[in-house]
Amino acid sequence: MATSSERSPPPFPESEDQEPDPDPADGDSDEGEDIFTGNSKPAEIKAERHQPPVDVTAKLQRDIPSSDPLGDLDGSGANKKPARDGRQADLFTEPRSDIFSEEAAARPARPGPASGSNANSSSKSNGIHSDEEQDIFAEATVELSLDSPHSERKETPKPVTSTESSVAVQPSAPKTALKTMAELEEEESEDKFELNISITNPEKVGDGMNAYMAYQVSTQTSLPMFRSKSFTVKRRFSDFLGLYEKLSEKHAQNGYIVPPPPEKSILGMTKVKVGKEDPSSAEFVERRRAALERYLQRVVAHPSLLQDPDVREFLERDELPRAVNTQALSGAGFLKMINRATDAVSKMTIKMNESDIWFEEKLQEVESEDQQLRKLHGVVESLVNHRKDLSINTAVFAKSVAMLGSSEDNTALSRALSQLAEVEDRMEQLHQEQASSDFFVFAELLADYIRLLGGVRGCFDQRMKTWQRWQDAQVTLQKKRENEARLLWANKPDKLQQAKEEIAEWENKVTQYEADFERISTTVRKEVLRFEKEKARDFKNQIMKYLESLLHSQQQLIKYWEAFLPEAKAIA
Amino acid sequence: MALTPDEGDRDKVRSVSVDLNNDASLLIDIPDALCERDKVKFTVHTKTTLRNFQKPEFSVPRQHEDFIWLHDTLVETEEYAGLIIPPAPPKPDFESPREKMHKLGEGEASMTKEEYAKMKQELEAEYLAVFKKTVQVHEVFLQRLSSHPVLSRDRNFQIFLEYDQDLSVRRKNAKEVFGGFFKNMVKSADEVLISGIKEVDDFFDQEKTFLLDYFSKIKDSTAKAEKMTRSHKSVAEDYIHISATLNSLSAEDTTALKQHLEKLSDLFEKLRKVEARVASDQELKLTELLRYYMRDIQAAKDLLYRRARALADYENSNKALDKARLKSKDVVQAQEHQEQCLQKFNKLSESGKKELTSFKGRRVVAFRKNLIEMAELEIKHAKNNMSLLQSCIELLKSN
Repeated sequence: MATSSERSPPPFPESEDQEPDPDPADGDSDEGEDIFTGNSKPAEIKAERHQPPVDVTAKLQRDIPSSDPLGDLDGSGANKKPARDGRQADLFTEPRSDIFSEEAAARPARPGPASGSNANSSSKSNGIHSDEEQDIFAEATVELSLDSPHSERKETPKPVTSTESSVAVQPSAPKTALKTMAELEEEESEDKFELNISITNPEKVGDGMNAYMAYQVSTQTSLPMFRSKSFTVKRRFSDFLGLYEKLSEKHAQNGYIVPPPPEKSILGMTKVKVGKEDPSSAEFVERRRAALERYLQRVVAHPSLLQDPDVREFLERDELPRAVNTQALSGAGFLKMINRATDAVSKMTIKMNESDIWFEEKLQEVESEDQQLRKLHGVVESLVNHRKDLSINTAVFAKSVAMLGSSEDNTALSRALSQLAEVEDRMEQLHQEQASSDFFVFAELLADYIRLLGGVRGCFDQRMKTWQRWQDAQVTLQKKRENEARLLWANKPDKLQQAKEEIAEWENKVTQYEADFERISTTVRKEVLRFEKEKARDFKNQIMKYLESLLHSQQQLIKYWEAFLPEAKAIA
Repeated sequence: MALTPDEGDRDKVRSVSVDLNNDASLLIDIPDALCERDKVKFTVHTKTTLRNFQKPEFSVPRQHEDFIWLHDTLVETEEYAGLIIPPAPPKPDFESPREKMHKLGEGEASMTKEEYAKMKQELEAEYLAVFKKTVQVHEVFLQRLSSHPVLSRDRNFQIFLEYDQDLSVRRKNAKEVFGGFFKNMVKSADEVLISGIKEVDDFFDQEKTFLLDYFSKIKDSTAKAEKMTRSHKSVAEDYIHISATLNSLSAEDTTALKQHLEKLSDLFEKLRKVEARVASDQELKLTELLRYYMRDIQAAKDLLYRRARALADYENSNKALDKARLKSKDVVQAQEHQEQCLQKFNKLSESGKKELTSFKGRRVVAFRKNLIEMAELEIKHAKNNMSLLQSCIELLKSN
C-alpha cells in the first residue's frame, strides 16, 4: 500500500499528483531539533568549560538532534553534557538503573525546566553551570515526591543544564536568546529528524452504530528508543483523543503547548457508520485521516512530548486499552474547555502583575492572530464552496452545450460545440480539484492553527495559574508569620513549635512555587518561539504547495483551450 | 453616469451580429448614454447620405421604451410579416449590481477599509459592464435595422431616428399594451397551430423542427452559462477578502511569516483581477452570444408563426370559396379573398426562405468569431495567471 497515495486527498476524483508529502512531517520534525540543537549549544559550551573530549561530545550532540531526545535516552547518552557530571552519562547509558531512575524520574518532571533552560530563552545556559548541577539534583529530590508514577518512566535526555528554578531570568536573556536562535538556525540545517509517521488505510470496522473507522499508523524511524525501525499499528479516533488527554494532563501544567487533536464530529461519523457511500462521507474520512496524521506529526515534532512513553506506546503497542471518557474532548466539549481557559486568562490578565512585558505582548499578538485566522478560514471556506458551485455549474453547462451541439444543423459548428462541451467537462474537473486543494491545503492549515493557538493560550493560562499559586502561597506565609507573632505575644509556647514548622513549610512552598513560575515562564517562552518557528515553516510549505496546485490548474487550462482553438477555427 | 463606448465595444457589437453598420448611406451609433436612477437615456446619432432625411447628421435622445415601441410597430406592420424582425433589446437591468452594492453597504463594518474599497471598485466595474452591455444591445438593434434593405426604409424607423421631440405620445397607450398582451396570447395559440399544420414545403418543415428544438436548447444553455459565470464572479470576489485578511495578518505578524503573507496577499489581489476578467469575458463571448441568438431565434420563430397563420388563412379561404361555390353566393368575393391569401402566403414563404437562410449564415459566423475569441482570451488570462503564480513561487523559494 503506497503510503504516499494514501496521503493525498482521494475523494476528489483523480488527484493525479499524489506526491508523498514528507514535508509537513519533516518540517514538523525538524522543529523538534531546534530545542535539541539549542540544548546542544549549551552542552557545547559546557563541554568546553569542563572537559577535553568536548569536541567529541559536541559532535555527538550535533548528530543527536536528528534523533533527538529519544534516541539518546536509550543509548548513547551522548546528548548529555558528559562534561557536567559523570552521573549524567550514566543516566543515559543505563536509563533504567535504579540509582539514576530517580534522576530520570526527576528529569521528566522537569522536561519543561530542561527545555525551558534551553539557551533559547535564558542566559542560564551560558552561565552558571556548576551551580545548576547542584540545583538540579536538589530539585530532583524534591520533585520526586510530587511526581506521578507516570513520569518515572520518562527520561529527559536534556542535560538539565540551566536550572530554571534558582536563576532568575536576566535582562540579557533576550540577547542571548537571539544569538542562540541564529546558531540554532545553522545547526538546524544539519539535523535530520529520523521519524516519519503516516496514517493510511481507513477501514470501517463493525456494523451499524457501533462501527468505527480504524486507521493504520505506520512509523519509520532510526531512533533507538523504539523497538524496531518500522512498524504499524491500528488505531481508532478515540485512541488519538485518549493520547491527547494523557499528554495534556501531564504537560500542559508545565506550560507546554500540547497539540490539540482534530474535533469529534457526530454528523460526519454517523454518515460513515450508517454506511452511506457518498462523496461527502469519503471526504469526511479523508479529512479526518489527514488531520490525524498532521496531529501525530506535530506531537512527535515536539521534543518533550516525543519522549513521553505514552507517545511511544501509542505508536508501537499492538493493542491499546480503549480510551474512555473522551466525551470531554468532543468538538463542543473541547471548545468549551478552550473558551473557559481563555476566559480565565482574560480575567487573570487584569490581576497579574506582569514583570515581563514580553508575555503580555505575546498574548495580545496571539489573540489578534486568532481573530484574523478565523476570519481568513471563513473566507477560504467560502471560496471552497463557490468553487464547488462553479464546478457543478460548469458540468451542467457542458451537458447543455452538448445537447445544443447535437441540435445544430451546421456540421462544423455542431462539432465545435461538442468539443466545447468536452472542454467545459474538463474545466469542471479542474475546478473540483482546485476546490479540493483550497480545502485540504489551505483551509485545513488555517483550521489546524486556530486549534493550536487555543493551545498556546492555554499555556499562558497555566502560567497565570502558577503565578497565582505563588502569590497565594506568599499570602499564606504572611498569615503564618502573623500567627507566629501573635502566639509569641500571647505566650503560648506549645503552639509556637507548630507555627514555626508551618512557617518553614510555607517558606519552602513559596520558594518552590516561585521556582515553578520562573520555570513555566521560561518554558512558555521557549514553547512560543518554537511554535512560531514551526508555524512559519508550516505556512510557507503549505503556501508553496497551494500555489503550485493553482499553477498546475492554469497549465491544464491552457492545454485544454489550446486544443479547442483549431476546432473553433474550423467552423465554416 | 455618462458613458462613451469605444472601439472595443464596437467590435463586441460586430462579434454578436456581424457586418453591421458598414453601409455608408446610413450609419447609426450610440456614442453617449446617461443613467438617471432607473432610466437610461441613449443618444442616438445618425449620419446619412439618404435624401429622405432632413439633415445629413443628427442626434436625438431616446429611452428604452422608444426602442420597444419601434420594435412593436415593425412587428405589427403587415408588410414585414415575411421578415425576421430583429429582437427588441432587453430592458436595462441594474438590479444585480444594485443589490450587491446594498449588501456591501450593510457589510461595510465587517471589513477593512481597503477591502471595502476593492469590493466597491469591483461592483462599480460590474455596474459599468451592465451599462455597456445595454448600450451595445440597443445599438445593435438599430444597426440591424439600418442594414436591412427593407426595414431601413421604414417610416417609423425614420421618425425614431429623426424626430427631435419626445416620442412618448406615439408610444403604446394602455389599449395598445392590452393589444400586445392579447397578441402574446394569440402567439401561444400559434405554437399549437404551427405544430398542427401540415407543412407542404420541405424547407420550412425542416426549419420548423430545427428552430423549435434549437430554441429550447439554446435557452437552456444561456441560463446555465449565466449561472456558471456568476459562480466565477463569486470566486473572484472571495479572492478580494482573502487578500485583505492576509494583509491584516501580515501587518501584525512579527516572524519570518510576515513577508510570505504579504506576498501572498499581493498575489491574490492580482489573481482576482484576472479571474474577474475571465468571468466577464466569458460572459460577453459566451453567455451574451447565446442570449442574443436565443432572442434572434425567437424572432425567426415569429416569422414561422406568421407564415403558418397565413397558411391557415389561405386554407380557410379555400374552404370559404368552396362553400361560396356551393351556395353560389359571394363567389367572386371569396375568390378574391382566396387569391389574396395565397399571394400573402407565397410572399411570406419567399421572403421567409431568404431571411432564414441568411440568418443561418449569420449565426454560424457569429458563433465562430465568439468561440475563437473566447478561447484566445481564456488562454491569455491563464498565461497571465501562470506568470503571476510563478513569480510568487520564485519569490517565496528565494526567501
